[in-house]
Amino acid sequence: MTSPPTFLGMPPFPEAARSAVSNPQLRHNLRKATHTIRDKRAHVVGELSDWAELRAAGAAIKDRTLRRLDEYLLAAEAAVAAAGGTVHWAADAAEANRIVADLVRATGETEVVKVKSMVTQEIGLNEALAAEGIRAYETDLAELIVQLGDDLPSHILVPAIHRNRAEIREIFVREMAEWGVPAPPGLSDEPAALAEAARRHLRERFLSAKVAVSGANFLVAETGTLVVVESEGNGRMCLTLPETLISVVGIEKVVPTWADLEVFLQLLPRSSTGERMNPYTSMWTGVTPGDGPRDFHLVLLDNGRTDVLADTTGRQALRCIRCSACLNVCPVYERTGGHAYGSVYPGPIGAILVPQLRGVATGKVDPQTASLPYASSLCGACYEVCPVAIDIPEVLVHLREQVVEGGGHRAERAAMRAAEWVFDDAKRLRTVQRVAARSRRLLPRRAPGPGAAWSDSRALPEVPAQSFRDWWVRERGAPPARPPAAPAQPPVEKNRIEEDDR
Amino acid sequence: MRVGLFITCVNDTLYPRTGRAVVRLLERLGCTVDFPTAQTCCGQMHWNTGYGKRIEPMVAGFADTFAGYDAVVTPSGSCGAMIRDNHPRAAARAADPGLSARVAAVVPKVYDLTEFIVDVLGVTDVGAYFPHRVVYHPTCHSRRLLGLGDRPTALLREVRGLELVDLPGEEECCGFGGTFAVKNPDVSTAMGADKVRHAAGTGAEVLCAADNSCLMHIGGLMDRQRTGMRVVHLAEILASTAG
Ligand code: SF4
Repeated sequence: MTSPPTFLGMPPFPEAARSAVSNPQLRHNLRKATHTIRDKRAHVVGELSDWAELRAAGAAIKDRTLRRLDEYLLAAEAAVAAAGGTVHWAADAAEANRIVADLVRATGETEVVKVKSMVTQEIGLNEALAAEGIRAYETDLAELIVQLGDDLPSHILVPAIHRNRAEIREIFVREMAEWGVPAPPGLSDEPAALAEAARRHLRERFLSAKVAVSGANFLVAETGTLVVVESEGNGRMCLTLPETLISVVGIEKVVPTWADLEVFLQLLPRSSTGERMNPYTSMWTGVTPGDGPRDFHLVLLDNGRTDVLADTTGRQALRCIRCSACLNVCPVYERTGGHAYGSVYPGPIGAILVPQLRGVATGKVDPQTASLPYASSLCGACYEVCPVAIDIPEVLVHLREQVVEGGGHRAERAAMRAAEWVFDDAKRLRTVQRVAARSRRLLPRRAPGPGAAWSDSRALPEVPAQSFRDWWVRERGAPPARPPAAPAQPPVEKNRIEEDDR
Repeated sequence: MRVGLFITCVNDTLYPRTGRAVVRLLERLGCTVDFPTAQTCCGQMHWNTGYGKRIEPMVAGFADTFAGYDAVVTPSGSCGAMIRDNHPRAAARAADPGLSARVAAVVPKVYDLTEFIVDVLGVTDVGAYFPHRVVYHPTCHSRRLLGLGDRPTALLREVRGLELVDLPGEEECCGFGGTFAVKNPDVSTAMGADKVRHAAGTGAEVLCAADNSCLMHIGGLMDRQRTGMRVVHLAEILASTAG
């Protein structure tokens, strides 16, 4: 069993979503932020005439790499070692956390600075380090806001997207002193003032830190080079100033060559921040005497990924380059925010990645995880924007099948069976239509059972007096174009009005 | 040309007037249409809820019922998309080894109503009259999976008396999503409420789409919120005439 990339104690999605949906401030913040960035993305993507080709190339490179992942990982390991780095393999979160904690302890330090990284959140590294007496300081502005606010991230790229300026100011004023340089007196909620407060707070951190922990966006196998793409430059400070650098990287981040990297460095910034080129692209390869960290460690993390790889439909989730474009266009995410997904990976990609990492196919996951594949209307907006063409709706439906096979829900299973019985034979459908039409005045205007909540906010349609098929047969008297196959015996009495069924 | 109508179980049972409009419209355009009564359901609800392994009889039923037609026309974007995208997938893993070939034979002949009129019949002016202010909501499956593009609006623009107004945020899902509306009622309602707000803001009297499932959801919300707007299937607008 792999460690959960989920927030402990979260309720299933529909329940968590209910409170989010009824929070107008949250919905306003989210709508504004996601629409701004989605419009920006659409604009810069529209500038490229070869976007479709780039997208296909990105998907193809990732697929090819995933098919021969073992080879590329071994090549990357050899290259990192040749460049003076040390490679560690971690099967799960606990192992990765232990490796990092041991490495930090070996330096004699009790503090580390961190580059924004999804994978270290996935494994709960900060908490694991804290348990070992090591304090991890987030240096990305949004991560800093989340950390100071003792909050949970709610977006892949902008973890504090659910916060507005006034809330951020309040967090800074209240918490910064506890963690280091305090907020300046009279701090306003102007973006420039907030950024300046963060800058002062972080600078002290960068200059004193001896150990840094990062993730990586890419790992180029041919040279063992790691790549971090960021907007603020905080990551670059962490990657160059400390003496020891520890990078935790999921095994799916490998790309074979620099020529492959070129494709992703075009796809990623346009998809994620709506920029033509990202401001800071940092690359590091092992150690170089007199330049940068003296000691470099790469922790390659599995944590469920090889299981995902074994599923030929689900594995496309491993192509993800964490651009967050799918979150920004998702109508469900827009109304619930990231916390409702109960995971560090929210939105459409979270809905397909988290259940897979946690093993939904085994049927042993909790109700929260099992609710995630249903957190979508299958509108397809996520697939449309995904720069590596992950067919998220296809994977969602695939995972729903796995939830159903793991037991599903009793009432739903019964309803589906009944519907099958009706739809497998046109005569039965006609009988049911007629019973419904004859008893239409008696039918409730509120749906029974699980449909009740649905009909509470929407008027149900009235059942018409005559189905289309009855109209057609009466008007045209046409016999069926295809004689129905010999019908199974229906377990209910044959309806009297069926005589014109021929 | 023998045109087989796939009216879909939802239209057949709850919206027979849409099916009648399709018949009226296509016959007016000179087609010989037939409704093979052996048809039932495309299996979309089962497929999307995770019961896809159980729809083999529905997939086989569809392929066999419509095997003999030159074209199969349906007034539902999501059912059309279900057949095109997922019937081949379902057939590929079916127990019946011959099913894939039968499905592959019928799928290329399946058209959404608007595709059939514009691409096959080569018509955009269907001779309709509908004197109302209308917004068109391109449902997700019509737009993204079937790729109907501007065919529906091209048809609407030729309707006499009709004033077509743009729907802000038209590309956003209305929140129905089949069983999504049941499993996530709060999010579904919030999405639908935004759709209704955008539609009402245009001052249109009617919202139309090429799928009654989405219209049932949007119309149900309009009803409860007393917006004074109503929903009408695109086929019914195209079928209506002055007389
Ligand atoms: S799934 Fe696609 S769109 Fe979503 S974060 Fe990953 S790469 Fe970006």
